[in-house]
Amino acid sequence: MEKTVITIVGKDTTGIIAKSSTWLYQHNVNILDIAQTIVGGIFNMMMIVDTANMTVTYEEFSKSMKSLAEEIGVDIRCQKEQIFDMMHRI
Amino acid sequence: MLNISEVFETTNMIEHDNLDVRTVTMGISLFDCISTDVDKTCRLIEAKLLKYAGNLARTCDQMSAEFGIPIVNKRISVTPISVVGASCCKSPEDYVKICMTLDRVREKLGLSFLGGFSAIVSKGMTASDRMLIEAIPEALAKTDLVCASVNVGSTKTGINMDAVKLMGETIKKAAEATKDNNCMACAKLVVLCNAPDDNPFMAGAFLGITQPDAVINVGVSGPGVVKAALDKCHGEDFQVLCDTIKKTAFKITRVGQMIAQEAAKRLNVPFGIIDLSLAPTPAIGDSVADIIEAMGIEKCGAPGTTAALALLNDQVKKGGVMASSYVGGLSGAFIPVSEDAGMIAAAECGALTIEKLEAMTCVCSVGLDMIAIPGDTTAATISGIIADEAAIGMINQKTTAVRIMPVVGKTVGDSIELGGLLGRAPIMKVNNYSCEEFISRSGSIPAPIHSFKN
Repeated sequence: MEKTVITIVGKDTTGIIAKSSTWLYQHNVNILDIAQTIVGGIFNMMMIVDTANMTVTYEEFSKSMKSLAEEIGVDIRCQKEQIFDMMHRI
Repeated sequence: MLNISEVFETTNMIEHDNLDVRTVTMGISLFDCISTDVDKTCRLIEAKLLKYAGNLARTCDQMSAEFGIPIVNKRISVTPISVVGASCCKSPEDYVKICMTLDRVREKLGLSFLGGFSAIVSKGMTASDRMLIEAIPEALAKTDLVCASVNVGSTKTGINMDAVKLMGETIKKAAEATKDNNCMACAKLVVLCNAPDDNPFMAGAFLGITQPDAVINVGVSGPGVVKAALDKCHGEDFQVLCDTIKKTAFKITRVGQMIAQEAAKRLNVPFGIIDLSLAPTPAIGDSVADIIEAMGIEKCGAPGTTAALALLNDQVKKGGVMASSYVGGLSGAFIPVSEDAGMIAAAECGALTIEKLEAMTCVCSVGLDMIAIPGDTTAATISGIIADEAAIGMINQKTTAVRIMPVVGKTVGDSIELGGLLGRAPIMKVNNYSCEEFISRSGSIPAPIHSFKN
């Protein structure tokens, strides 16, 4: 399993989850966990995904997420899970 | 499984508080490049650097993209060139030739700095050490991003006062050689006492002779993250203050540790150390002075500043050592004036003076760093400043350094724009009573009594 954390931040609008999860499905990325909150109209979401069987390279994945972010009008970041694990788990 | 607040804590540190990995520095030994012919040595150096560091920049960029954390600098440190060039350099010009080779290869590799145009002369100078030092002004004027350093003392050897005198003169010459370019050579030249062998930070980085053939050393950063954490504990007692800094330092260092291990694996080079330094940048919100002010000091430099800095430095180390088993380099808070927006402001309003900075260097890593002084400051006065810092390092068994810029044609009230991470330097007032007679004595200051530990 190769876990990546996708974070999405931006103004709440329709289709954020639909559009991002469609891309993930099309490229064989499995969603393991989703959590979200809305604070003052700002949408905060994290998705933990498994990229082990992804059909594109990590670079292309990041790039696609970036263009998706522009299309929806939110910020999307993709970061491998280790950075969070290292910081928050002893 | 991770929870959403942890994830957003990390992304906020990166996004809003300027968390980054300040440098991934590959140390490369050049011992096997030694020859009796300078052109051959240059060829061997080029081949070795290309072989080991060929993928350094690309690997760092890839890691940066995958983990979502900026890696600001990719650098190389090499064996002190005065050792590498000892048998082939017959004149300072030969050393300049090696320096130009280093810079050319650095550029080819797409790296931001190369350190190690250095001489270790804490006890005495060889002819080759002296030639390298004489070559420094021209070498730094003719190259872009090679850094030079000279270690003039240590707790074990005392202070080489002949070298201190020579370095005062060298700094003046370096300023003169680059007077049309903001005396930039001085920003790439540092004089050290107790220089560590594994420092990843410039300008003092070199790969000491104790080190392996190649090694990855990583410098973490994050003054903005510490500042943001401290902003939430105004009015709390010292225990809360200390705990907050420690926890933050732990988190920052763990990111550095992860990048270091990953870089070592991908580049197939052993991991050396993490340097736990809080390194500021001129960006707003990335300042060590701001941390001191967040602790309750009105302006950095006011009474209380040294105590606040001592507390900060110690807690950063205590939090950091838990996060990595191999800590080294300089490890502490840096206080480079021109590279820290809060320091610049404090110096400009008169709160921060060179004398206060000197006191601050007693309790934090390194020393008088990136300080611009009037161009008419004498070489002897600069040597006096170096001797004072070296004495602090020697007696307190710590690293100290002087990176000072006597800016030709400028005086107190002026400032120079160095650009990029080097920032803007206000010209600071120097005590101009003479130390000429003291500096002109030849020889060295003996090692202190507490160096005899055997």
